[in-house]
Amino acid sequence: MARVKDLLVSAALLAAGRRRPKLHADREPIVPPGEERPGSELAVIVLLFATALFAAAFIAVYALDRLPNQTQLLGASLGLAFLCLAAALILIGKRLVVTEEIEEDYPVVEHESEQEAIAQVVADSGSRFTRRRLVKASFGVAGGVLGAALITPAASLGPFLDVEPFYATTWKRGRRLVDEKGKPWRADDIEQSTFYTAFPEGADKEALPSSVVLVRLPPHDFKLPKAIANYPAQGIVAYSKICTHAGCAISLYRAPLFQPDEPRPALVCPCHYSTFDPATGGTVLFGPAGRKLPMLPLYVDRKGYLRAAGTYDEPVGPSWWGVRMRKPKPA
Amino acid sequence: MIRKLVRFLDQRTGTAPLVRKTLRYLFPDHWSFLLGEVALYAFIVLVATGTYLALFYQDGTATVTYHGPYLPLRGQEMTEAYRSVVNISTTVKAGLLIRQTHHWAADVFVASIVLHLLRIFFTGAYRKPRELTYWIGLTILIVALLEGYLGYSMVDDLLSGMGLAIGYGVALSIPFFGSNIAAWIWGGPFPGQHEFFARMYIVHVFLIPALIAVLLAAHLGLVAMRHHTQFKASRRETERKLVGVPMFPGQAPRSLGLFFAVAGVLFLLGGLVQINPIWLWGPFHTYSSTNGAQPDWYLGWLIGALRLVPSFDLVIDGYTLVPNPFWGGVAFPGVVFTFLFLWPLMERKVTGDTAFHNVLQRPREAPWRTAIGVAMVTWVTLVFIAGGADRIDVLFDISYTAQIWAYRVLIWVGPVIAGVVAYRACIELQRGEPVEHDRERAEHEAKAAATVQDVA
Repeated sequence: MARVKDLLVSAALLAAGRRRPKLHADREPIVPPGEERPGSELAVIVLLFATALFAAAFIAVYALDRLPNQTQLLGASLGLAFLCLAAALILIGKRLVVTEEIEEDYPVVEHESEQEAIAQVVADSGSRFTRRRLVKASFGVAGGVLGAALITPAASLGPFLDVEPFYATTWKRGRRLVDEKGKPWRADDIEQSTFYTAFPEGADKEALPSSVVLVRLPPHDFKLPKAIANYPAQGIVAYSKICTHAGCAISLYRAPLFQPDEPRPALVCPCHYSTFDPATGGTVLFGPAGRKLPMLPLYVDRKGYLRAAGTYDEPVGPSWWGVRMRKPKPA
Repeated sequence: MIRKLVRFLDQRTGTAPLVRKTLRYLFPDHWSFLLGEVALYAFIVLVATGTYLALFYQDGTATVTYHGPYLPLRGQEMTEAYRSVVNISTTVKAGLLIRQTHHWAADVFVASIVLHLLRIFFTGAYRKPRELTYWIGLTILIVALLEGYLGYSMVDDLLSGMGLAIGYGVALSIPFFGSNIAAWIWGGPFPGQHEFFARMYIVHVFLIPALIAVLLAAHLGLVAMRHHTQFKASRRETERKLVGVPMFPGQAPRSLGLFFAVAGVLFLLGGLVQINPIWLWGPFHTYSSTNGAQPDWYLGWLIGALRLVPSFDLVIDGYTLVPNPFWGGVAFPGVVFTFLFLWPLMERKVTGDTAFHNVLQRPREAPWRTAIGVAMVTWVTLVFIAGGADRIDVLFDISYTAQIWAYRVLIWVGPVIAGVVAYRACIELQRGEPVEHDRERAEHEAKAAATVQDVA
């Protein structure tokens, strides 16, 4: 019984009792002593217990699965636990440890004799060399060629010299145009004032040259240059869906449905708002693109399906140094 | 107890003198000196949360069909990479909290680096003997931008893919080698080989974090070797005398407190403020994109630059010398970073100042530096704001086209005006200082005289 009482008393003392640390009168303190601040001390203790409480709440929320707003509760409990701990530490730093503002010399600016000694050690060490320049040059050659050898395997990453794939396309004469699910597009499916995405039948949809946008325009709207004047079929035009600026998909069609029906219908890329005119062969109306959209020639077969009459008039995708040097290759 | 531990360690390492010196290492006290610390703590949170995410992320690009609990995506085809991040966000307990905290930490990391850089620039803290520290810091900023870009590209949601497509377009636009470099990095034309994702993954979770850690160590080591710069707050601070709070006991609890505060705020953000809800964007396909997409804030200046350049490729006789995205995606950040790297050398060349500096300047004390710095900040900020012109169009119905034309003029006029204003402001502030001093002294004397009268 007495032992229990002793324990209780010592626990109470631990919780509430205060004791000044022993001061050594016989030596000079390095950190100067300061006055007591029992209020701040108490606040620190409360904050630390709050930290523990919030941390426990985090574990509880995690363990109690299927709480609504679990992410919010987890974030709030863990965040508040950290913030309480932060507050306790900042309180200690600002109010409880003695704040000293002391002075110190900046490090010496330089060590001239040491610098001299280093240079001398290096210079003196080479006394046995008589053909220094040749030795240096040999090291240069060895280092350069060995370095080249070591970075050679990096060439395996990709075909650095082969730019042929940039001219390749997935279209050729006769390929049917299909939708995302593989269903062939009929000319009759294509209506005005909206746009459709099409792919070459049987080809990889993700390859950049595959996707095209289909748009139907009133026949008298077309102002196509001679070379591509026969690319539309029954007023339907197909353009590469990949923007010639930076390679995003052109997924906006600006087509005013009511008066005033200006500005003209245009294909727009949402990344940097390059704007292309579908009536003139995909020329740039606005935005940063430096090249017109590649146009795909079309025809309608006897059953009414849309088919490619060849491949694009220009390479697909963002420009590179060779983009204007050659025509794209049919599949 | 402490004595025993110290003796044990000293007898085995002999580091007692070093530790003693370190405990009394001085930190000059100013709020702006904490910005770099915030970046450091955000980095620690990034490594911790990122390690957790890496335990669940898969870098596979094989097509799979989603059968998880998130109904809108059920039955959709996607890559393993995207599915694994959807799973982290939906089925892994606490996964969404950690993912969002990681994303917020990345945004805060870059933000605090940029603010830290501004403080360093406008107070002349980069001057001799601290140029190396400055250049290493700039390198960390560049690497951090790349790290953030790879981080959100790895997810393979729709926005990731759009970002990668733009990165590919910018790589292609590099004069003479564009397609070669792109083919080398991606393994062929976009979207490239499967290995590309493995490459992004290892660079994002290992190579760059390790590089940042090494650079950080060098950065902090250099700071410690030359000690921190200080403001001239009183007569005590000089070029030779440092005034500050010792690491222990004064600074340690404050810095630790700041660390936990940063962690706390980041976890609160991660839990309470949604960021990049990738399940809404859906998987990426080369043939899809969405309107209203904005990148993380620290890439906003590049989007703005890409959008502002007028329509042209520089072509010489059929050879495309400079494709359009080069200007905004490479040349613009290239100019900004070249300026930042060369600035300490340019300033020294012009001023002929080769002295050692430990006392910082206030912006007004170096009007030319402040003016040029303000002009640069204005330039980058205007381009950054131009990147949001489409949102302004939607929110306030101001024509996008008209805005872009306005910005095309404004980004050149604005910096000049801002620079001139900043210069004048510095001069006026300098002129005002003696007046201010006199007034304060007069007031002080009047007060003292009044007190004497009262006593009498």
